[in-house]
Amino acid sequence: MTIEIKTTSVEPLRHTFDNVARRLGADKPASRYLEAMYDLQPTANFHYRPYWDPDHALYDTGRTRIEMTDWYVFKDPRQFYYGTWTMARAKQQDAAERNFAFVEKRNLADTLESAWREKAARLLVPLRHLEYAANMNNCYVAAYGYGTAITQAAMFVGIDRLGIAQYLSRIGLMLDGGSAESLDAAKQDWMQAPVWQPLRRLAEDLMVTRDWFELLVAQDFVLDGILYPLVYDRFDRVLEQHSGSTISMLTEFMNEWFTETSRWVDMTLKTAAAESDANKAQLEQWMGHWVDRVAEALTPVAVEMLGSDAGAVMDELQTALAQRATKKCGLHVGEPAPAMAS
Amino acid sequence: MSANQRLNLREKYQKFTRDLAWEPSYQKKSDIFPQTDFEGIHIHDWDKWEDPFRLTVDAYWKYQAEKEKKLYSIIDAFAQNNGQLNVTDARYINALKLFLTGVSPLEYAAHRGFAMAGRQFGGVGPQVSCQMQSIDELRHVQTQIHTISHYNKYFNGFHDWQHMHDRVWYLSVPKSFFDDAMSAGPFEFVTAISFSFEYVLTNLLFMPFMSGAAFNGDMATVTFGFSAQSDESRHMTLGLEVIKFMLEQDERNVPIVQKWIDKWFWRGYRLLALVSMMMDYMLPKRVMSWKEAWEMYFEQNGGALFEDLARYGIRMPKYWEVTVKEKERLSHEVWSTFYNYDHAAAFHSWVPDEAEMQWLTTKYPHTFDQYYRPRFEHWQSQTDKGERWYNNTLPMLCQTCQIPMVFTEPDDPTTTCYRSSDYKGEKYHFCSDGCKDIFDDEPEKYVQAWLPVHQIYQGNCGGASVPEVLEWYHLRDGEDNKDYLYSQDRANWLKWKGLTEEAERTLKAVVNG
Repeated sequence: MTIEIKTTSVEPLRHTFDNVARRLGADKPASRYLEAMYDLQPTANFHYRPYWDPDHALYDTGRTRIEMTDWYVFKDPRQFYYGTWTMARAKQQDAAERNFAFVEKRNLADTLESAWREKAARLLVPLRHLEYAANMNNCYVAAYGYGTAITQAAMFVGIDRLGIAQYLSRIGLMLDGGSAESLDAAKQDWMQAPVWQPLRRLAEDLMVTRDWFELLVAQDFVLDGILYPLVYDRFDRVLEQHSGSTISMLTEFMNEWFTETSRWVDMTLKTAAAESDANKAQLEQWMGHWVDRVAEALTPVAVEMLGSDAGAVMDELQTALAQRATKKCGLHVGEPAPAMAS
Repeated sequence: MSANQRLNLREKYQKFTRDLAWEPSYQKKSDIFPQTDFEGIHIHDWDKWEDPFRLTVDAYWKYQAEKEKKLYSIIDAFAQNNGQLNVTDARYINALKLFLTGVSPLEYAAHRGFAMAGRQFGGVGPQVSCQMQSIDELRHVQTQIHTISHYNKYFNGFHDWQHMHDRVWYLSVPKSFFDDAMSAGPFEFVTAISFSFEYVLTNLLFMPFMSGAAFNGDMATVTFGFSAQSDESRHMTLGLEVIKFMLEQDERNVPIVQKWIDKWFWRGYRLLALVSMMMDYMLPKRVMSWKEAWEMYFEQNGGALFEDLARYGIRMPKYWEVTVKEKERLSHEVWSTFYNYDHAAAFHSWVPDEAEMQWLTTKYPHTFDQYYRPRFEHWQSQTDKGERWYNNTLPMLCQTCQIPMVFTEPDDPTTTCYRSSDYKGEKYHFCSDGCKDIFDDEPEKYVQAWLPVHQIYQGNCGGASVPEVLEWYHLRDGEDNKDYLYSQDRANWLKWKGLTEEAERTLKAVVNG
């Protein structure tokens, strides 16, 4: 079929959807991020109260103590919608795949000194269970949160965490020669070894936290904000000193991921804090509460990882987190509690 | 995943998924998963869940990103080349309007609903399957928006799709359908959506739109359809596994699951009434008739499926015989309704032309000439006299499916079917025995329904007059609504096609009409 197109005759009638134009203040071309994010979640005229939560509507602002006049002031600095998210991750997994292949091809795992290989497995692999909790917690935010701006990003984080749990499992398989013994031992430790119990308790407590915004603060800002630098930076440095950069190659994904995702977490908290003093006070109260819990839960693990440096490092990481809260989110949390490590 | 020589693929996938969870001891499992019991479904061993597909997250990223890249490059090319001018006829665009306002929001609802189920199920197997589907559904709604974004720039009716979805009368049909599923528990939700909707009815919802796109030169939408096809087949596999898992876990689950299948088959079938009219009336180039589709995808395929499920004690869904009796009238009754009320709809209707009526005669030999052709001929004669008829009396809606009460008695296509129930001193009305049964089983739920006509009469929709309600809908009178014949869409289309004089005549009619 041939069509004669007169260029002057196909002038567009409008440049974007009305809801986007209202938010931009004018009908002008909008990014794919904005068109596929703004106002996706229904906000009115719900038909039935949920059997599982009759006190609230299907989507309800009342499932958190944080209050916003507009839940779409939150923006993802990465501008992730499904397409950009999945393409970014595909690129990263491609790099990770090459690193895993490199380590495997050169049998680098076998060249690790056995005590350090054992230590790496013992201290990294149980974290896959913690990542599973992070997966569930972010899935909770995606399910019960309000406004697509936040919930879609939380869903991406949720799937990311399942991916990280799987990378940690692969590291275990690489370190144990594919027998899965390290995974079984890690699970045993996670369930019973005293060093992991405060962390497992924390994970279980997070999984029953009902306020979704509190959960986001506790999991994605506080816990991850100390855990990731501790494991993938400080512990990684120790491993590197004793056994080269093999493990670093396998955990590079986590490092990059944390830096990138923190930008979204910081922006989210900053936006909520800037909305009102009440939000700010609530966020600071949550932070203060969960920082203490996280420090307590991670200290025994830090001691295993870092020995006598653990106390100082935990203090440093808490101070760094407090600075990050101030600088990036406009929130003030107290000084770190005295180190509990011996 | 070549690191491992000893575990087989299945074992490895289990290590990578269900082995991640643990038996909690600091918190009660029932507090972590508070929704697993209240529906009465008994699960003894979550590990008996057979993973319907084994896709690790890194592999998922890789495959999906490749599909996304291809899809977006075609969407870009489509926009650049004004691909919208290649569709068979601008009337086709109305099917897309129905899709963006009626179906895409359901993809979003599915995204959130599967996130809920993915958080609430007590086993990692179903958690992961549901989470994967959740993220897929987000993909679908977002790629649909991006595909249709270009059409929105050139045609009316798309411009405030989500606002309309929450408000416009006929869109409460799809919206209440998903609200119903999401406000139930996780087991009913997956029975409703994964099984009844995705497994049994996808070929009658999603695919007619995509095939319609293929037949009508809509390269952007059909590319989306192809790109989503592999996601959809994963979702269908999940639907079957969900049902088998519940049925195999405990025989007390069987009657509950049967009740849900009965309910959701009927809910889904009523929702498909909108698709039936799309297939028979809105596609300038038709794929197949509603009747043929129902025979192929439900009577044959569905019949075989339920034969297969008989060994679990599951029978065909209640009232399936009624759907067979209705198949020669469903689409005609629905299109007529929209012809009546098109002044309050965000897409255009029209009287089928003679060639199209001939097609309908051939496809519906027992009903079309007898019942519906005279109706259309009468409406056409009124239009010819310049008196295009719109119905200004608001219709009574079915309390359950929320469709106007326009369906006819199963055994008499000339008598409107009315059913009712009394509940706590009030009378509730239904279009069918199927919808009445659903209400009678959960009256406390369905009395809450936000019925658009009731809401208008109660003054909750901007006012009592049609213009006030349209404004509240964000529906632009004279642009989004009414007959295609006098529409801006048609005038623009003619202009773009170089038929300037006819375009001007149409534009005058727009002004006069």
